[in-house]
Amino acid sequence: MREYNKLIFELSKEGRTAYKLPKMDVEEVDLKEFVPEEYLRDEELDFPEVSEVEVIRHYTNLSNKNYGVDTGFYPLGSCTMKYNPKINENMARLDGFANIHPYQPEETVQGALKLMHELDEALCELTGMDKMTLQPAAGAHGELTGLMLIKAYHEKRGDTKRTKIIVPDSAHGTNPASAAMAGFDTLEVKSTEEGTVDIESLKNVLSDEIAGLMLTNPNTLGLFEKDIKEIADLVHSCGGLLYYDGANANAIMGITRPGDMGFDVVHLNLHKTLSTPHGGGGPGSGPVGVKKSLIEYLPVPVVEKDENRYFLNYDYPNTIGKVKDFYGHFGVLVKTYSYILTMGKDGLKKASEIAVLNSNYVMSLLRDDYYLPIDTIYKHEFVLGGLKEENLEVKTLDIAKRLLDFGFHPPTVYFPLIINEALMIEPTETESKETLDKFANVLKQIAKEAIENPEIVKEAPHNTPVRRIDETKAARKPVLKYEG
Amino acid sequence: MYPYIPNTSDDEKKMLESIGVDSIEELFSDIPKEVQLGRELNLKESMSELEVEKYITKLSSKNKSINDLTCFLGAGAYDHYIPSIVDHIISRSEFYTSYTPYQAEISQGTLQYIFEYQTLISRLTGMDVSNASLYDGGSAIGEASIMAVNISRKEEIIVSKTVHPESRKVLKTYAHTQGFKVIEIDESDGVTNLEQLKENINKNTAAVIVQSPNFFGIIEDIKSIEEMVHKVKKTMFIVSTDPISLGILKSPGELGADIVVGEGQSLGIPLSYGGPYLGFIATKKKHMRKLPGRIVGESTDVDGKRAFVLTLQAREQHIRRDKATSNICTNQGLNVLASVVYMVTLGKKGLKEVATQSIAKAHYAYDKMIATGKYKPLFNKPFFKEFAITSNMPGEKINDELLKENVLGGFILDENYPQYENGILYCVTEKRSKEEIDKLVSVLEGII
Repeated sequence: MREYNKLIFELSKEGRTAYKLPKMDVEEVDLKEFVPEEYLRDEELDFPEVSEVEVIRHYTNLSNKNYGVDTGFYPLGSCTMKYNPKINENMARLDGFANIHPYQPEETVQGALKLMHELDEALCELTGMDKMTLQPAAGAHGELTGLMLIKAYHEKRGDTKRTKIIVPDSAHGTNPASAAMAGFDTLEVKSTEEGTVDIESLKNVLSDEIAGLMLTNPNTLGLFEKDIKEIADLVHSCGGLLYYDGANANAIMGITRPGDMGFDVVHLNLHKTLSTPHGGGGPGSGPVGVKKSLIEYLPVPVVEKDENRYFLNYDYPNTIGKVKDFYGHFGVLVKTYSYILTMGKDGLKKASEIAVLNSNYVMSLLRDDYYLPIDTIYKHEFVLGGLKEENLEVKTLDIAKRLLDFGFHPPTVYFPLIINEALMIEPTETESKETLDKFANVLKQIAKEAIENPEIVKEAPHNTPVRRIDETKAARKPVLKYEG
Repeated sequence: MYPYIPNTSDDEKKMLESIGVDSIEELFSDIPKEVQLGRELNLKESMSELEVEKYITKLSSKNKSINDLTCFLGAGAYDHYIPSIVDHIISRSEFYTSYTPYQAEISQGTLQYIFEYQTLISRLTGMDVSNASLYDGGSAIGEASIMAVNISRKEEIIVSKTVHPESRKVLKTYAHTQGFKVIEIDESDGVTNLEQLKENINKNTAAVIVQSPNFFGIIEDIKSIEEMVHKVKKTMFIVSTDPISLGILKSPGELGADIVVGEGQSLGIPLSYGGPYLGFIATKKKHMRKLPGRIVGESTDVDGKRAFVLTLQAREQHIRRDKATSNICTNQGLNVLASVVYMVTLGKKGLKEVATQSIAKAHYAYDKMIATGKYKPLFNKPFFKEFAITSNMPGEKINDELLKENVLGGFILDENYPQYENGILYCVTEKRSKEEIDKLVSVLEGII
């Protein structure tokens, strides 16, 4: 089945159909009566004609060429590929949620508004913030929204020379990209040899031009920024605000909160920390929480409650405006709330504890065969710098590809940029010791192969639906659609 | 114990030993006491599946769905028929539990459906290339504007007030942070005021954005606008459109658009109280390297087999950081798959039939309403599946009365268009039967 190699267009045959609509029960009319002829399509759409059976078989065959969390272990660092609970999917598909229109009168959607309000409160408690907006569509969108809030805060105070955002060199690529998108310049600060923010380097860039600092904590190396209080005080004392990138929040639930560390703005990736599926790239959801001083700038509408009803409040004169059509990825919010209720205060904390335990455990199993650049206790993920044995031909990319042959999704590779040959491993709490043992054993075996039989690693993968792909060809002569 | 956490306390003990620490707390000892929470979260205790299901189902039952009500509401989110196979396919966990397809060798399923999506969107819009999707229609307009500013190196975006009000608000937010200017053009008789548009286009205009069918459902005079726009060097023409309408309408590509965007919710995605939906963006070949977001390309593997891979990544944030074309990392993944399944299921004939039934039924409803003598059209222009009506009664009052009869009335216009007091925008899709339309009109007739 994995040999299946057709495009849907190649299955098309004139006269086939996969749909049937009810017969039109109003009078058939000539379209020219409704639309000026120059705006009517003259040629039929070049869409395929296939039967329902073929559509199902085609996409089922394609699904067999995919790998998901339900297929196996997915230790992709910074992506938190935890199990996606099935009850959440059912809840989002309930008729009263999936089939409500965004412009329905508020009295007909009280359940949806109540859910959003309760989720807002739960996320505030989880992060130590005062109010959330549930609008942002993804993590990067949350970053953009959060930076817009920071910009609005300074603008309102007439503090317009604050045009710079500080980003550590270990940050996700989205941080500087979001800062640029929000109209800021970025200043990079170095990390120390221990992998955390270099306080001296930070002090050197602080000035009255600083709008804020973006930080992930634990950072992308999986290390907790112990000096966070001092960092927060330094940035605040120069008039800047602190932005928390929630990509790594799965390490800290119920243990510490960005709000208590001194952050002013926080985004969470619901598709990471709170178990909603990644869906092959989306839709995600990236709610943003703020401290009291920033509430007035939140995007409208804000879900609020008066004595006996929930409503959408647009009355925020200092709002940054709208960042998204309607109110956010509501379907994802339902899944998130279902997860929070399932786990509860005890389960969320347990999840973070076991995520950290699993990560340190895998690290302990691999440290003899792989280079561990920073020898310490990690949080939910850790970063290896390639094989321990030096001067081998086998690189991190080869190791990643060889893992595919053993049925594992590789870790994040070549990130963070500050570690050479990085392999960033995040097991999450939803994996058993047996799985972790098996994964570590495979990595050890690959380390052995790298010495004894490097070709098998360098030519990997061998057992996948397709093997290594010519990316240069794809970029040089882009073929972005089917031309048949 | 928790169903999603497999490790037992015995496992925990063995793992702690391997790490060389005595307790889980020790793994958190690097977190300074002063920032530790030091108490339980103030949330509910964990619940069983039965309890969660009961609680959330109860919340959902406080809502009235479009299965409880007959929906004549549109305004950017539409009640079109969704074939049941759409949900069956997107429920395959090999699709929905996968990540962005970075590891192409084990992501051919995702990569291929995105490639098919890019093909379908290119054909539908009449453009050369499409990306792998954006968040929604509004952010697609924002991103298209940024693209136009970057390509033209000019800083004014002109947008017609007949473009969806939500999208215009999103555009303004994007423009403010990016530092480009947005000029809005009034409408007259429900379409872009061409004279005012002409007066405002000049050498500083990066792009003109028009929606057709526009927010009022009306088909704009795209040809005249296109001529006006392209008289100015480097000024780009951005057209936002309803993908369903393209089953019968000439594509924006054929009409000279440089960038085509739109909201793809109609393509098999449930209303879901406003999201997650799907934004599409397509452009000409010469601008493909300026597109934001993911793009999939065809290539071959080492054995010469056809294979798909994320491409043109030199535009993106994980490579370019602050020089990227956008900060976007995701596409709408699973919703892209839903739209692909929808488009191929409906196929060559189906999209045309959906569009034809929608336009015919919308006109049937319009004619019946006008025939009552109590409701008047706001505009006299060709429309697709939506039309604006006014009367001597406030929209809220009308909608309240309709709701009593389990009918979900149209979109009330005066908040966004105060000049149209008592105006309501109705939407009629192929899902509405003659009987339902007749009921709507008979209730309306009884109200006044």
